[in-house]
Amino acid sequence: MDDNRISTAAGLYIHVPFCRSKCAYCDFYSVTDVGRIDGYLEALSLEMELYRGFAPVFDTVYMGGGTPSCLPADRLADVLARLRSAFPVSPGSEITVEVNPGDVDTACLERLREAGFNRVSVGVQSFDDAILTTLGRRHGGREGREAVDAARRAGFDNLSIDLIYGVPGQSPEGWRETMESALAVNPEHLSCYELTLERGTPLHRRVEAGQLTLADEDEAYGFFSATSEFLEGRGYIHYEVSNFARTGALISRHNHKYWDHTPYLGLGPSAHSFRGCRRWWNRRDLPRYISDLRAGRAPVDGQEELSQEQLRMEALYFGFRTKRGIHGPAFRERFGMDLLREEGAALRGLRDEGLIRLDGEVLTPTRRGLALADRLCLL
Amino acid sequence: MQNLFAALLRQIIIAMENIRNFSIIAHIDHGKSTLADRLIQHTGMIEDRNFHDQLLDNMDIERERGITIKSQAVALPYRAKDGRDYILNLIDTPGHVDFTYEVSRSLASCEGVLLLIDASQGVQAQTIANLYLAMEHNLAVIPVINKIDLLTADVDRVLEQIDAELGLDPFSHIRCSAKQGIGIEEVLEAIVERIPPPKGDPSKPLSALIFDAQYDSFRGTVIHCRVFDGAVRPGDVIRFMSSGTTYRVEEVGRFALARLKKDALCAGEVGYLIAGVKTVADVRIGDTITHDDRPAGNALPGFKEIKPVVFSSIYPISSEDYGDLATALEKYKLNDASLVYTKDSSVALGLGFRCGFLGLLHLEIVQERLEREFDQAIILSVPSVRYRFTLKDGSVVHVDNPANYPDPATIEKAEEPFIRATMIMPEKYLGAVMKLCTEKRGVSSTMNYLGPGRVELTYEMPLAEVLFDFYDRFKTVTQGYGSFDYDLIDYREGRLVLLDILVNGEKVDALSQIVHRDNARQRGVHACEKLKDEIPRQQFKIAIQGAIGGEIISRSTISPFRKDVTAKCYGGDITRKRKLLEKQKKGKKRMKMVGTVSIPQSAFLAVLQSDND
Ligand SMILES: Nc1nc2c(ncn2[C@@H]2O[C@H](COP(=O)(O)OP(=O)(O)OP(=O)(O)O)[C@@H](O)[C@H]2O)c(=O)[nH]1
Ligand code: SF4
Ligand SMILES: [Mg+2]
Repeated sequence: MDDNRISTAAGLYIHVPFCRSKCAYCDFYSVTDVGRIDGYLEALSLEMELYRGFAPVFDTVYMGGGTPSCLPADRLADVLARLRSAFPVSPGSEITVEVNPGDVDTACLERLREAGFNRVSVGVQSFDDAILTTLGRRHGGREGREAVDAARRAGFDNLSIDLIYGVPGQSPEGWRETMESALAVNPEHLSCYELTLERGTPLHRRVEAGQLTLADEDEAYGFFSATSEFLEGRGYIHYEVSNFARTGALISRHNHKYWDHTPYLGLGPSAHSFRGCRRWWNRRDLPRYISDLRAGRAPVDGQEELSQEQLRMEALYFGFRTKRGIHGPAFRERFGMDLLREEGAALRGLRDEGLIRLDGEVLTPTRRGLALADRLCLL
Repeated sequence: MQNLFAALLRQIIIAMENIRNFSIIAHIDHGKSTLADRLIQHTGMIEDRNFHDQLLDNMDIERERGITIKSQAVALPYRAKDGRDYILNLIDTPGHVDFTYEVSRSLASCEGVLLLIDASQGVQAQTIANLYLAMEHNLAVIPVINKIDLLTADVDRVLEQIDAELGLDPFSHIRCSAKQGIGIEEVLEAIVERIPPPKGDPSKPLSALIFDAQYDSFRGTVIHCRVFDGAVRPGDVIRFMSSGTTYRVEEVGRFALARLKKDALCAGEVGYLIAGVKTVADVRIGDTITHDDRPAGNALPGFKEIKPVVFSSIYPISSEDYGDLATALEKYKLNDASLVYTKDSSVALGLGFRCGFLGLLHLEIVQERLEREFDQAIILSVPSVRYRFTLKDGSVVHVDNPANYPDPATIEKAEEPFIRATMIMPEKYLGAVMKLCTEKRGVSSTMNYLGPGRVELTYEMPLAEVLFDFYDRFKTVTQGYGSFDYDLIDYREGRLVLLDILVNGEKVDALSQIVHRDNARQRGVHACEKLKDEIPRQQFKIAIQGAIGGEIISRSTISPFRKDVTAKCYGGDITRKRKLLEKQKKGKKRMKMVGTVSIPQSAFLAVLQSDND
């Protein structure tokens, strides 16, 4: 394995498959039937047992979903405690929990912090009520502000805010105001996603029916580059296509594991895991997830064994999505391919077009390159 | 196959009166292969559970497209109403114009034909063309009206057409539905009663006509032949009369559904012969086989040489695969002698092969088979016809590759091949078709009312114009009710120019076309627009230009990608995304890099296609 990675310790992801209602754009797996929470938690404990020996050490935990904050803080605290007894989570680990506006107050967030969560990611999405309505979110802009303020009051010093741009009806000015509002609490981290239409979602249907129009490619690029310029102007590092951090130390260490083939274990329905060159994923079906575990079976739905070629393709793909880029010698060590030499002509073309940069021995995407990251790995 | 039939088929001497050799001929899609299926089933050659549609169309590509490409022979044992046992040698033929030569070859070994006519479509251009072929061979013709089950069937109208347009006796027809198995018995009885048995003398010196040859990887070349006189047995030393080469016969037999060995093939019979002939190229279709020690006096008439009419170069997508492509073509050619090729090289696309095809369908089929059966990733250059140039120094050159276009300053006279197109259509489309033909530079038209409301129209037109998107538009303007056939007639002088295409300033010779000066500009605009649709956007701007002799006459631009990135890439997104990228990468591998631009295979054919498809 190459080692230009941030960390080689494993990551742990817990998927909490509950939401109070489904947002119009979302295709994550979650159900609104909170009556199943007990069954889920019981199954989750059983699943932990199955993977006890997964890795010698973990240094990130990420509780996402769904909406973890659908569960009372005590129960989330309890899950974290059980995780710590089942897996070797090292001291100083990054431990994140996702919460939604409207679900949490200062007391609840304090409880989570006491339990050991040291990073909170708030699903604000927008501070604009009209945009939130289009997105089918339950909360308004005010609840968003309250949630981030509460996180600060509860003492979280690693706060991330999720925002979405390119929403039908959103103007560049409106988007800028939302970013400004987010910066009011000086968050350590921001995730700014372009709205993606997912098949089968209500939003997809409305766009198909012509009731809403999505930003076209030029507009999308406008949003993307304006976001990057604006946040970089405010001192943030645009370290991944959709992610910004105030300093290099504040990038999401957990997410980086997805991007450099570090092992991670995903627990809960629909969660994905990766180790070595194998990736597997759990059923997107809570009742089956529960019944499988009760029967002593891993609730796995599918798996793939990645060939060297596939790993290489992914490594290129990830590399061109992140500011860390691709470390030439490490890449050669791992895949026997000298990017700086063999793909010379193609890379030179990308450099001439201003899509990538060569810093010493590291290839990194430029801002324009990041916007085309899906193509760059096809060279 | 059931034993009784096997015994019958294997029988050495079948009295010649009990043999019938016939082909099924028709316009495309009138139901030849379906009727063949029914005849095979009716004679009990195959058990029902082993049966599938288009039994004789044994190439995947034939079944997928639902068309016959190669003629296929099969011997059917049949006990007729007269109580006697017959062997019926059936040959199913293709209907598409590109493969007319297959029909003529098949007819040379027959005494009669079933001329199928679709009861709802009636007589069409290839119905007439194929009838003429049968008449040239003096064959008995049995008109069979097929598809009588269709709601749109109009048998009375077809009967009038048989009388008026084909000049056949309408009382001689049979009605059937090949699909529903209606009238099959009548067809079989008519074959026995109305097609004469073969003539010939088994005691005379051997004279057998080679009408096809196929390559078998275990046995080498399997020769398909019709014995006219004499008999041939394993162990005999035979001689090909044109080349004089001799071979020892290893095996002879009939075509059941598989090959069925026999002790001899005698006068009047159709069958196969294996004689250690290594490649199909060693056999000339149309040649006469005789005995080395007792040769026949004269060779049989044979066939006209088939000439390719469409030319295009094939290049491997990645130049390292040139050797593989060479091997694949060699193997392909073993079973398709109508493909001709020579080495070729292009400035833009590297080493490749210049190939001659019988038509655009043939070209498509070769392309598809090379890709599927031989796993080749290839690009074909823009197809062209063969032009003739007389140079100022008096020499004459034939040019089928725009890359070899002579220096315009040296050209005295430029000529292009002309065809005579024969079209049949309902009268109401006449105006639209004439307009189309004029646009395609058609001249000397003739018109003939076949019957009330139906006309036959002929035009003399440049072959190149017919290749360029004529057929699709003809189908469109006649709403599918028109049919079309053509014959090459001669070369005629034309004002030709070379249209070059530049991609990002680089000339791509494989996209060049030789065009008529009068519509050069329009063709240049068309090519630029088509390429704009076909070439995928890239991360930089792509400029496409059409040029004649250095002067830019048309242009289009492909705008660059600005944003192409997935917003989220976490646990669940990765596998999904990678699969997508793998697909894109595969797609990219099927494109040819010209400079920094990837050009897909479809682009080269698209410049010849119309806008409205
Ligand atoms: N309704 C109906 N359809 C038929 C009949 N005979 C054939 N067809 C259909 O007509 C189409 C063409 O039939 P084929 O037997 O492949 O025609 P073909 O003449 O062999 O075609 P080519 O080999 O391409 O010239 C198929 O879809 C058949 O199912 C019939 O008697 N009735
Ligand atoms: S976006 Fe978040 S809150 Fe909304 S349905 Fe999806 S997981 Fe639940
Ligand atoms: Mg057929």
